[in-house]
Amino acid sequence: MSRTDIPAPAARIADAPDETPAVSLRGVSMGFFGKTVLESVSLDVARGSVVALLGANGAGKSTLIKVLSGVYPQHGGQVRVGGEPVALRSPTEAQRLGIQTVHQRVGEGILPGMSVAENLAFGRLAKRGVNPLMGTRATLEHARQVQASLDLAWDDSVLRRDVADLGISDRQLLVLARALATSPRLLILDEPTSALSAAEAERLFAIIERLRCKGIAVLYVSHRLGEIDALADRLVVLRDGRLTDQQTKPFDWETALRAMLGAGPELNGADSSESELRGERVAVALRGVPLLSGRRPQDLDLYAGEVTGVVGLLGAGKSELARGLFGAERFAAGSVELDGAPYNPKAPRDAIRQRVFLVPEDRHADALIPGWSVAHNLSLPFLTSFARAGLVRGQAESDLGRRTIDALGIVTRDEATPIEELSGGNQQKVVVGRWMVEPPRVLLLDEPFRGVDIGARRDIGRRARELAGNGAAVVVLSADVDEVLEVADRVLVLVEGVIRLDVRGREAGRDLVIRAISQGDPKETGK
Amino acid sequence: MTATSATEPASTAESPAAAPTAEPGDGRRAQDLVVRYGFILVTVALFAFFLSTEPAFRDSNGLFSTLRYISVTAILGLGVTITMAVGGMDLSVGAVAGLGVMVAAETMVIHNQVGAVAIVAVLASGALVGLLNALLIVVLRIPDMLATLGTMFVIQGLKLVLVGGQSVSPGMTLSNGNTAPGVFTPDFLDIDRGTIGPVPISVVIFAVLTILAWVFMARTRWGRVLYAIGANPQAARLAGIRVGLYRSLAYVLSGLLASVGGLILAARIGQGDVSAGTSQLLEAVAVALVGTSVLGRNRPHVWGTALGAVLIGIISTGATIRGLSYYWQDVFEGVVLLTALVFSFTLSRRRA
Repeated sequence: MSRTDIPAPAARIADAPDETPAVSLRGVSMGFFGKTVLESVSLDVARGSVVALLGANGAGKSTLIKVLSGVYPQHGGQVRVGGEPVALRSPTEAQRLGIQTVHQRVGEGILPGMSVAENLAFGRLAKRGVNPLMGTRATLEHARQVQASLDLAWDDSVLRRDVADLGISDRQLLVLARALATSPRLLILDEPTSALSAAEAERLFAIIERLRCKGIAVLYVSHRLGEIDALADRLVVLRDGRLTDQQTKPFDWETALRAMLGAGPELNGADSSESELRGERVAVALRGVPLLSGRRPQDLDLYAGEVTGVVGLLGAGKSELARGLFGAERFAAGSVELDGAPYNPKAPRDAIRQRVFLVPEDRHADALIPGWSVAHNLSLPFLTSFARAGLVRGQAESDLGRRTIDALGIVTRDEATPIEELSGGNQQKVVVGRWMVEPPRVLLLDEPFRGVDIGARRDIGRRARELAGNGAAVVVLSADVDEVLEVADRVLVLVEGVIRLDVRGREAGRDLVIRAISQGDPKETGK
Repeated sequence: MTATSATEPASTAESPAAAPTAEPGDGRRAQDLVVRYGFILVTVALFAFFLSTEPAFRDSNGLFSTLRYISVTAILGLGVTITMAVGGMDLSVGAVAGLGVMVAAETMVIHNQVGAVAIVAVLASGALVGLLNALLIVVLRIPDMLATLGTMFVIQGLKLVLVGGQSVSPGMTLSNGNTAPGVFTPDFLDIDRGTIGPVPISVVIFAVLTILAWVFMARTRWGRVLYAIGANPQAARLAGIRVGLYRSLAYVLSGLLASVGGLILAARIGQGDVSAGTSQLLEAVAVALVGTSVLGRNRPHVWGTALGAVLIGIISTGATIRGLSYYWQDVFEGVVLLTALVFSFTLSRRRA
């Protein structure tokens, strides 16, 4: 243990008795353009405790973090620090009150071209009452203290190094150390281990353990259940902007996951009104392919003529599987066969030529061309077939537009309407419809129902099942259990890059799937 | 810092919901019309103004000399437009035109070749610089502006090295004491000085290239792909487009177009002027930027660039005929550019 201790939290607010939570939220709410993102969230984070925050994408986690970091001063409800109501008017204000946030993207907190020591001192420079003209020596001295108090084992040569030379894990520690150097009351860690190896994560956990002993409150946001189980004293679950579950140790993971992933009426297998499809022929065969770096390589067969649903939380390796098969990324190892022939796409173009298509996770960033009409967005991947001697045949393109609008029930004025004027669900239908120009052999749908209304979800699901019925291998990847159960003939559960469950859709109930996701630490069952 | 003050702002956060996107009112509609047609209107009005007040503007020579004057700028602007369409920029177009002038002089005057050989050599030099830009930007991943700025300097220097820092003119004394054997051949000089009917050949080239570029960018699948890359390169890649190849194509086309500008410039000057082309760069970029606002498209497009060049030509010629000093031209051009940018960035509701 180090001698130079982290100083006690700044005594701006009179010290309250120990049982007062470090930070508490009372009825905190937040909305954007009439859409409620946080609804009356009340939460206490006690001193020296680690509270894990769980929630699927869009549950409101990021908004909650931003409220606490002072990004949304217009939030509703009340935030109390040390028992006193405070106004978090700006990020600087939040930091002054002792709320420090370490964001998922550590790059944002790093000043390139400066030394580690200078980066460590930077947080201090922004504080009032600190001599802004810190000399090199003072900076280095300050940095030594900080590293000693955290047992980082960084000697002077490390502290003098340019931050650009640090690895990702050391950068994260740097940002963390800087946040801790200001002696926070509450430390918010947003997916801190997403870029770390197991050993690096262990180092982080040791630091968090120490912080707990020092009485610092930690709000820990993560999708990794094993970590939460090991670290957290309490967990809270956010779904659709509301707290749906609160637990203290020992945790009941099934309840937590049900609170997180939804608890609608029980559905069993592919929509009972539709007949189950059962593919006989293997379309895609993966052999020894690691879906996440450092995880056990996986063998997987995907069948033509049925819909395979892949359920997994964020970071489980779903997108890696989809993007790897589409040639947008390369698998680190192993081999893939497509209909029995070696398949190794170097770019999406290679995959598309073999009629392997992907509807990517983020349609705005990865699929839609802004400012273009519906028809132009539809024809893009197969423009060649809509052109004669290089000239695009506008008529053929319009026909395609009208056909797709009819086939998928796209709500739009006409095929010439700019894509921005469509709702999210209808935009998604355009992205899906794009891949129906040629019959797909493999259609990968990564989170196809995100930000999509229930009607569009049904239309897209029905279309996916039709394509499977016509012999395509359709793969739907999603974090939402119900969405997958609704369309899939076969259900796979992916946890941290490892396939944990592989059952027919009819046999897969929500309970079974959630149990598979929650089955303890993957390190125990992974081997 | 009471509880009430903390909760109060929440109501303002919700307020945007109470005001859903309103139907465009009359003011909005008028603004849209101005954004869409204002530019064309100003061009026509200015033209009519000079036509009625300046007799010298009225005969066909006045009109064609205006178009001839702007043809080089316009053709360079077309190249800039294509690179802007892929989300890039080509700052080397002026230098490439200047290089074309020197290559033409070198080929004909010093190596005593015919005009056709000079044309091929000039076009090849343009394509080569385009390939170099593509290499720097696509393969070596240097940001477009910086890469083409770099090639601009290299070419400006290289073309001087080529001729030992001297302008090349027929009959000049070479470094070995001999007299330069060749001349600018008459057929080459006709590129700028000849006419087809009443129309100068350089204006015909400008018109033909504008139409070709428009067909290419707006009607072919290749043009469509270039625009897709400019609008969302990631989505273009995931739609199976070879992004690197098409971005390279844009820079090669830009280089080729710039060298065509160089051909016209060489025929106009009639000698290998070492400073030729330098002033064309900023005008070409300005014209392409002005063009983005034409028809309220708010993106680079061929007709906009051509029309932007014509407007700037009318202003320059008009100002000259009215007897204003040449430096006023820069002021006017700057004002036109800024006005156009206000249209694109401030008034237009179609954000790129």
